[in-house]
Amino acid sequence: MARCSKLVDIGRRQFLRGGAAAAAGAAASVAAPGPGRAATPGARVDYPSTRLANLSELAPNEPLYVAYPDDQAPGVLLKLGQRVEGGVGPDGDVVGFTTSCPHKGFPLSYSAASRTFNCPGHYSVFDPERGGQQVWGQATQNLPQYVLRVDGQGDIYAEGLDELLYGRLSNVL
Amino acid sequence: MAYKRQIDRLPIIPADAKKHNVVCHYCIVGCGYHAYSWPANRQGGTAPGSNAFGVDLSEQQPAETEAWYAPSMYNLVKQDGRDHHLVIKPDKACSVNAGLGSVRGARMAEMSFSEARSTQQQRLTDPQVWRYGQLQPTSWEDALDLVARVTAAVVEEQGEDGLIVSAFDHGGAGGGYENTWGTGKLYFGAMKVKNIRIHNRPAYNSEVHATRDMGVGELNNAYEDAELADTIVAVGTNALETQTNYFLNHWVPNLRGSSLSKKQEMMPDEPHEAARIVVVDPRRTVTVNACEIEAGKDRVLHLPIRSGSDLALFNAIFAYIADQGWVDRDFIEASTSRDAPPRPPLYPERGVSDAKPGHLTSFEAAVEGCRLSLDEAAAITGLDPADIVKAAEWIAQPKAGGKRRRTMFSYEKGLIWGNDNYRTNGALVNLALATGNVGRLGGGVVRMGGHQEGYVRPADGHVGRPSAYVDQLLISGQGGVHHVWACDHYKTTLNAHAFKAAYKKRTDMVKDAMSSVPWGDRELMVETIMAAIRQGGLFAVDVDIVPTKIGEACHVVLPAATSGEMNLTSMNGERRMRLTERYMDPPGQAMPDCLIAARLANHLERVLREAGRASYADQFTGFDWQSEEDAFMDGYHANAGGGEHVTYERLRVMGTNGFQEPAVGFENGRIVGTERLYTDGNFSTADGKARFMDAPWRGLQAPGKTEQQAAYRFLINNGRANQVWQSAYLDVENDFVMERWPYPFIEMHPEDMAELGVGQGDLVEVYNEAGATQAMAYPTPTARRGETFMLFAYPTGVQGNVVNAGTNELVIPNYKQTWGDIRKIADAPRNVRTISFKSKEYSVD
Repeated sequence: MARCSKLVDIGRRQFLRGGAAAAAGAAASVAAPGPGRAATPGARVDYPSTRLANLSELAPNEPLYVAYPDDQAPGVLLKLGQRVEGGVGPDGDVVGFTTSCPHKGFPLSYSAASRTFNCPGHYSVFDPERGGQQVWGQATQNLPQYVLRVDGQGDIYAEGLDELLYGRLSNVL
Repeated sequence: MAYKRQIDRLPIIPADAKKHNVVCHYCIVGCGYHAYSWPANRQGGTAPGSNAFGVDLSEQQPAETEAWYAPSMYNLVKQDGRDHHLVIKPDKACSVNAGLGSVRGARMAEMSFSEARSTQQQRLTDPQVWRYGQLQPTSWEDALDLVARVTAAVVEEQGEDGLIVSAFDHGGAGGGYENTWGTGKLYFGAMKVKNIRIHNRPAYNSEVHATRDMGVGELNNAYEDAELADTIVAVGTNALETQTNYFLNHWVPNLRGSSLSKKQEMMPDEPHEAARIVVVDPRRTVTVNACEIEAGKDRVLHLPIRSGSDLALFNAIFAYIADQGWVDRDFIEASTSRDAPPRPPLYPERGVSDAKPGHLTSFEAAVEGCRLSLDEAAAITGLDPADIVKAAEWIAQPKAGGKRRRTMFSYEKGLIWGNDNYRTNGALVNLALATGNVGRLGGGVVRMGGHQEGYVRPADGHVGRPSAYVDQLLISGQGGVHHVWACDHYKTTLNAHAFKAAYKKRTDMVKDAMSSVPWGDRELMVETIMAAIRQGGLFAVDVDIVPTKIGEACHVVLPAATSGEMNLTSMNGERRMRLTERYMDPPGQAMPDCLIAARLANHLERVLREAGRASYADQFTGFDWQSEEDAFMDGYHANAGGGEHVTYERLRVMGTNGFQEPAVGFENGRIVGTERLYTDGNFSTADGKARFMDAPWRGLQAPGKTEQQAAYRFLINNGRANQVWQSAYLDVENDFVMERWPYPFIEMHPEDMAELGVGQGDLVEVYNEAGATQAMAYPTPTARRGETFMLFAYPTGVQGNVVNAGTNELVIPNYKQTWGDIRKIADAPRNVRTISFKSKEYSVD
């Protein structure tokens, strides 16, 4: 099981409605070994380049559950069907986000109807079509988004994050 | 792009970091936090022994962990002149918030003054004076000397009525017991200033005179009561946004049913269920949505009344429950006055005087005086009569076994800034008294509050009731000098368009006069300023922590310290008093307000003595405080009820849980407080009996409202957004907030927008006979046609511009009942095109 068990065990019924079933697929990704430890630590953490999926696995507006930068950090890839901020792929519409709410770490669920991530803990709402902007809520960060790259075979790699993930004081543990 | 900090790790709090008690200095709830600080050249580690949490930080921490903090909770600040890391994170052991941080409070660190990280560089660091045509830095001595000389000269010519004061009267930032005492001792002790107003209203008055007149102090219960009630009634309060963690930590458990075991344990002799809730609000808010999610739609009754018709609703419920006999007879007999004096001659249109817009009486007389049928109320409120009955049942119908239903009544600005404040407040308190829901578990009739409270001042009876409508004095050319303490009327008053025009004209006269003489000739400068004042000019002094809009008009600007840069005490909405300890230096020469008031008093004393006015000068003695603690001991400790039990040292020990006022003793090293008021059935009247109010409906009460409603197409309802604190005075420099709301939103029904040719994010002008302002259209399908909701008090579009000057008899402003027209100004600008316009409501569909 790739997701942090404590997160899943929160047991909010809304979460179960929202997407726990899909979470079982999260193990698909395997963190690639990071670059070798430098003699002097860098100013930023060294992010692994991790293959999360292939474009062919994505269906429009259906979340594909992944993990990045390690298997303790649940996330999602989304093909939104229209070009958006941070979007990659031939249509510029593929994005990736953490699914841990940056407020209190509850697992977000995806609403396909409104195309938002929703937090059952304290009702925060995030918009993946606007770079993860918090539409409304209690987090003091917008939703951490993956820096994605797509190679010639359509493989989607995550290679960084733009905000601190919940529950860790370093994005790479 | 959505604002992202590009922070991928944070310094770890070392095990030996300093830890100070902190109470959030923003809203009334007063969540507990701790400030951790340690020298800039050190850091903790991931090993359990080398961090403050004693846990292995190389592992992912679970949801709701204490061992994590967001980038917004971190900063680098000065402590004793040296750079220190600062983390301000919520305290799980605080009973108020249990570790929750709101989107406001969890940014306290990021909203602190940091030269190293360039946050809040707007903060005022030095006294400034109008010199050579602009504000220039100067010394405290120079600035205070000028303020004292001009103030003394104006008082000599015009008396103390020539000194107009705008001042905070609350707790938290820009207030607190130390600072209300400091300003209070100056203006009500040394002087008897009566032309004084408060930050958010144009007079010096209570927002809730009615409940106080009825003998029921407005903060009479404990937050725990929201966990214990059978029914919560929420009137004009959008608690999820504006009292966030009170709602999340105390309302939600009851709505969800998770406080059931507590209810059974504390109140074993009656049946219990999860709470029901009645929400009275013209608008569907995120609070309504959250209640539906937690309680289920069948246990949430949202009553979307016509704006301003609350009083009619309450009166119909009052009559209905009285007729059903769903009242607490024993309580009414024992704890309320049975005396029913005759109605005043002009009642119901007018009270016996403007000071008393209602009529205090017995239960029976109040029922008959207020009586409205269900059909009458339905016609006024626009509600279905069946829903009014349902509300009455949820409020008062006895539970199984004939047990009294425990109902908690809460209200805030929808009522306070709403139509006929006095009678509406009274009518809601009627319901609480009739059902015996004051001073009992699961009860209370309470305002939800805006700021924390922190009021202790010398007697203010000389101010009078009704008190002066200060804005009208300023607009009409009265007064010669204006002292402004942490108020920004340009953003937060009514009739703001007219106010700003008059204020600018009057203060410009003095600016031009000051620019005509050399700075160093103090005598000539004062003479020149006085000459301009005699011509209708106004000399304005602004004390604040940041540059304000009104400050741009001022001649002297004095830099104040805020919470955490000084020790500061306040109490929250359940009267919970705590001490926020000083954890960082104030910027530059900034000082606590109480010490600024003291130094001003010192200068006034000196100037008056030099002028040979010795006996008046003597009134300005007793201001030799050297610290905020001196002001606390002189003020709260010596003057507040129970203050003798309270010291800084004792409060430090009490931590973030503090105690609930009033203090009644000190035992075993702890201050003993008071969880609930009126548990003995004795109320705050001379005879200890509460009063009911004969408070009949009289339509839209404030002058000009009926005409405005008839003349314009849209209701311009207004209020708060959870991301923004107060007038955004700090948020204006916070990228996270300003990216979300570059302009104030105005929620509009999409079809209204279409008819006006307005798209999402377009800038629109909102206008009426009072003025005009701008906002950004936010399509909101749940809004009713013709009813909009605009963010209040925002710097990039001031809603107060279109609020007319009409108030109630006690000069309570009526912001909420505002009507205007709307037209498009421009397409959405660049900084609006990237933001989300999706529904703010949580949804899983």
